[in-house]
Amino acid sequence: MTTLMELKNVTKVFGGGLGKKDATIALDNMSFAVDTDFPHIITIAGESGSGKTTMMMLLLGFYEPSLGQVLYGGKDIFKMGKEDTLDFRRNVQAVFQDPFAVYNPFYKVDNLLSIPIKNFGLAKTQADTHDLMSDALSRVGLRPEETLGRFPHQLSGGQRQRIAVARALILKPKLLIADEPVSMVDASLRATILKQIRELNQVLRIPVLYITHDLTTAYHVSEYIMVLYHGSVMEAGDVETVIRQPKHPYTQLLVNSIPWPDPNQLWGEAAEVVRGRASKGNGCKFANRCPKAFDKCWENRPELYKTTNDHVAGCFLYEGSAVLEQHDLGKLFHK
Amino acid sequence: MNQPLLEIKDLKTYFYVKAGTVKAVDGVTLNLDPGVKMGLVGESGSGKTTMALAVMRMIKPPGTIQGKISLNGVDLVTLSNEEMRKARLSQISMIPQGAMNSLNPVARIRNQILDGLEDHGVKLSKSEANDRLAQLLQIVELPTKVADMYPHELSGGMKQRVTVAIAISMGPKLIIADEPTSALDVVIQRQVMETITRLVRELNLSMILIGHDMGLMAQSVERLAVMYAGKLAETGGVKEMFADPLHPYTQKMISSLPVLGRRGVFEGIQGIPPSVINPPPGCLFAARCPKVIAGTCQEISPALREVRPGRWVSCHLYN
Repeated sequence: MTTLMELKNVTKVFGGGLGKKDATIALDNMSFAVDTDFPHIITIAGESGSGKTTMMMLLLGFYEPSLGQVLYGGKDIFKMGKEDTLDFRRNVQAVFQDPFAVYNPFYKVDNLLSIPIKNFGLAKTQADTHDLMSDALSRVGLRPEETLGRFPHQLSGGQRQRIAVARALILKPKLLIADEPVSMVDASLRATILKQIRELNQVLRIPVLYITHDLTTAYHVSEYIMVLYHGSVMEAGDVETVIRQPKHPYTQLLVNSIPWPDPNQLWGEAAEVVRGRASKGNGCKFANRCPKAFDKCWENRPELYKTTNDHVAGCFLYEGSAVLEQHDLGKLFHK
Repeated sequence: MNQPLLEIKDLKTYFYVKAGTVKAVDGVTLNLDPGVKMGLVGESGSGKTTMALAVMRMIKPPGTIQGKISLNGVDLVTLSNEEMRKARLSQISMIPQGAMNSLNPVARIRNQILDGLEDHGVKLSKSEANDRLAQLLQIVELPTKVADMYPHELSGGMKQRVTVAIAISMGPKLIIADEPTSALDVVIQRQVMETITRLVRELNLSMILIGHDMGLMAQSVERLAVMYAGKLAETGGVKEMFADPLHPYTQKMISSLPVLGRRGVFEGIQGIPPSVINPPPGCLFAARCPKVIAGTCQEISPALREVRPGRWVSCHLYN
């Protein structure tokens, strides 16, 4: 077992400072570990405000946690030495949501791709650099002779997103974090990009964290899924059982709202009630929208109960089943 | 057979720019019956929004509109600007893309809804205006107090509902909704979409729903029109098109969709859409088409033909 990255009891609060009224808890006491021995694609799903992007920003070291630690190879990423930081930067790569905003419009594709090669000293000669770039581009299905030498504005959104994947690839990372990589790409190109991410995962044997609100693509691309709501895990497990037999009322609401592209499979009944604001106290965060909420839900925070061996739900409906400790959440995906 | 509500005949929207002629919409022919919801899908750049703007006659120079757009027998292309201004909102209205940005941030919702009515010469006393507001907000399932709020006080879903209320405020016959839910979360998207389809049914409107989310189309519309590079590739009933797509582009598009029960199968469409600036002759999909007929597809542009009742395809395979 080789834990690559770990969130240890991480809480991220925006605004107000701890304890003040107007503070937003974006991530609430989250523990999660990514293991390189189990190179799965794991989806982190949730609506806006669920904390999924906050989680990514913490994993990449762009945000500092308010409480808790972000560990890379067992070391706190904010207290690492220079060498370790470089190692972390190289091995944890990301693909971002907006392929139109991530490139400097004045740089050609060559430059974008050769910067990481230069920074990490991956090639000795110009020819080696070119080979590395061509190889990475062909792996994501782009023709190097058509792509190199161009500016970002000469490429379509799908091509740009594939260059982002290629750039991450050059470094042969140990973990790839993809934040909504296809949400701004045309539907006809989505399948292609997802296919490439999946191939990378299988060829390089690296874990991928796929962050999305789109459960249809999540179902297709990933093996495991974690559903977040207001900074807490509601349900996690094998994507097949989570999407097909969701246990938590929140996941049920989400899954029933998926517009499946099949006119014979229309929207199911989406059960939701509105009871004003969420309890600020210790209750379940979903209680105010939950059609099945009972007294206990307003008073206590549910643990993650194991409904089956590889499926947990943070809901009192399953109280009595074995409890999965928060810090063991990553182990659910070890198979 | 009833008279179609909207009849588009050989609609062309060209932009004459320095680089050449941009044929954003190139010869679209389409009928829409009263009370029918039609989906208009296509990749970005395929001309779906331009076509909607052409129907609203909101194309500005260097763009031009040619062809016939007849709504209830009146050709919108030949109307004077003043007549067209009156027809907008009262006959035909649009729910714009990105509700977040289409409302005025410094005006109360009340004034933004009443603005359109006043502009069309509807005179309302204060109490009548209040009644009208309450009624419109109720139709889109918003509390009455929203009338006195500003856009920043509302959530994305609520803002989108306000734009729906504005669109139906004059009781139009046709609503064009341009990706009305693309910025919303799934749960909210579903709620807004259900509100829109409910009021389309209750008010007996016709709707053109523009988007690229085939899932949303499958859930909400009865007919589907697929656009590719400014031309119609195929139109037909939504169920028939999903079950048996005829045009190779539609076939590819539908097989690339994620369906429950078929995990891990990915099949995208190779290549990229062609440029619509001075497009080449022949079928514009030919370069990406797996069923291309050598010698024919690259040279002759296929016409849109009715190959089965209600199914129109522009492809040489069905000659």
